[in-house]
Amino acid sequence: MTTYNFAYLDEATKRMIRRALLKAVAIPGYQVPFASREMPMPYGWGTGGVQVTASITGPDDVLKVIDQGSDDTTNAVSIRQFFARVADVATTTSTTEATIIQTRHRIPETPLSPGQILVYQVPIPEPLRLLEPRETETRIMHALAEYGLMHVKLYEDIAKHGRIAKTYAYPVLVEDRYVMDPSPTPKFDNPKMNDSPALQLFGAGREKRIYALPPHTKVISLDFEDHPFEVQRFTEPCALCGSTGVYLDEIVTDDRGGRMYACSDTDWCERVRAARAEAAE
Amino acid sequence: MSDTPLLEVDGLTRRYGARIGCADVSFRLWPGEVLAVVGESGSGKTTLLNTVAQRLAPSEGVVRYLMRDGTVRDLATLGEAERRFLARTDWGFVHQHPADGLRMNVSAGGNVGERLMAVGARNYGEIRATAIDWLGRVEIAADRIDDGPRTFSGGMRQRLQIARNLVTHPRLVFMDEPTGGLDVSVQARLLDLLRRLVAETGLAAIIVTHDLAVARLLSTRMMVMKSGRVVEDGLTDRVLDDPQHAYTQLLVSSIL
Ligand SMILES: Nc1ncnc2c1ncn2[C@@H]1O[C@H](COP(=O)(O)OP(=O)(O)OP(=O)(O)O)[C@@H](O)[C@H]1O
Ligand SMILES: [Mg+2]
Repeated sequence: MTTYNFAYLDEATKRMIRRALLKAVAIPGYQVPFASREMPMPYGWGTGGVQVTASITGPDDVLKVIDQGSDDTTNAVSIRQFFARVADVATTTSTTEATIIQTRHRIPETPLSPGQILVYQVPIPEPLRLLEPRETETRIMHALAEYGLMHVKLYEDIAKHGRIAKTYAYPVLVEDRYVMDPSPTPKFDNPKMNDSPALQLFGAGREKRIYALPPHTKVISLDFEDHPFEVQRFTEPCALCGSTGVYLDEIVTDDRGGRMYACSDTDWCERVRAARAEAAE
Repeated sequence: MSDTPLLEVDGLTRRYGARIGCADVSFRLWPGEVLAVVGESGSGKTTLLNTVAQRLAPSEGVVRYLMRDGTVRDLATLGEAERRFLARTDWGFVHQHPADGLRMNVSAGGNVGERLMAVGARNYGEIRATAIDWLGRVEIAADRIDDGPRTFSGGMRQRLQIARNLVTHPRLVFMDEPTGGLDVSVQARLLDLLRRLVAETGLAAIIVTHDLAVARLLSTRMMVMKSGRVVEDGLTDRVLDDPQHAYTQLLVSSIL
């Protein structure tokens, strides 16, 4: 029978990843290369985030895993079970109880607090990739902070669609220095990255990159003076809990075209409904 | 003309291994002056242009440039950041093949606006207005601003490349066979345009061509290269009307 080291990765690997994390925290927004390991799940299932989580988890941690905003999708459930098994770590669906939250897209609606760590699973870490495929060149562009090309991309969006059409993986400038891709987070959550009291860590497994935002880092979404950054707005409240100002998913309710809008953050939604029910009693 | 040259090139040599690309080339270029570099295929014109423009490292020799702040800098001493900044603000580089100098997947407006955004322009409306202005100056209709270069003819692409370079008002533009791949009638129009733009903007240019007619039309001075070396240089009219070197005489007689 195979036995795993605590949290699956061996200690040497964890140390290597922690070194990359320390460097990433020291240079907010800078992509640090790391020797990404094979994990017992396919790329695209968040192997980068899983490796980061494995390297920072201790026996006393409480782990929450979300995919979109939900704790209940296959991806979230399997990662949560994975850590429950290999690290014997306590798991939760509650944002406030978690010490580590691994996420594929969303930042929870419940404001994070100091001491919490948000771990993002990142598929494509390089914001310049689409415009400049040469890695040698993108490296120089980051090194010299030559980011004109990012605005060319936004310019093209406005020229084509009349507005900046990008709704997720919306590029940000970190501490006035590095342009970073918060992929694949919806831009709705970009403002939550700015000045967050939580530590934010980003792991890209296939691309072998780690980057980070230490607590209270300045994170500004790129835009034009006459086309300022805006988050998505939803006209209706959540059909289940009545929340406004939160990110809603469109849910098809029947096969006759019926649909409703409900919180993408399931923990938030349940919490609000529970509070309503309590108040009603 | 001012009394400080814009560009001073001294003893510039570029080798490819043991092969000579260009050897021991020296010249001065004054603000607003257009210098043509002519010579047969393989004579070292492109090598010289790229080495002066810092796109190739020189094997020997010095290139000094009069910066916008009035200081004269040995370009070898510029850091990479400074060199790239110079190249995208104060210089232009027009490639023979527009695909090498354009972003083929970006609209005409985005191509022209890129340099503006690179130096901090953050107002979409202003960037667009400037792009429309420059497209007009290179005779591209404003309603093509959102079309990509792939939908443009060869001549239009070349004009777009020129607009993209001139939008930051560079003081020096390098051109390598800018009319190279074009039909004769399209060439003529582009030459007219270049001549007008040079006159309007007062920029200095180094134009590589093997076409003496291009040199005659655009340049005030020319250098004739053979086997990597400059064999003759002088005012364009003088060189073409009264060539001194035997090779230039051959070149002129075979064309004219
Ligand atoms: N990358 C390279 N590697 C090796 N040799 C090169 C390279 N580029 C140019 N050369 C050589 O350097 C010499 C000068 O070439 P260059 O391209 O500068 O000539 P040119 O005058 O621009 O020619 P053309 O009119 O055909 O463009 C030639 O002998 C050429 O073979
Ligand atoms: Mg050439």
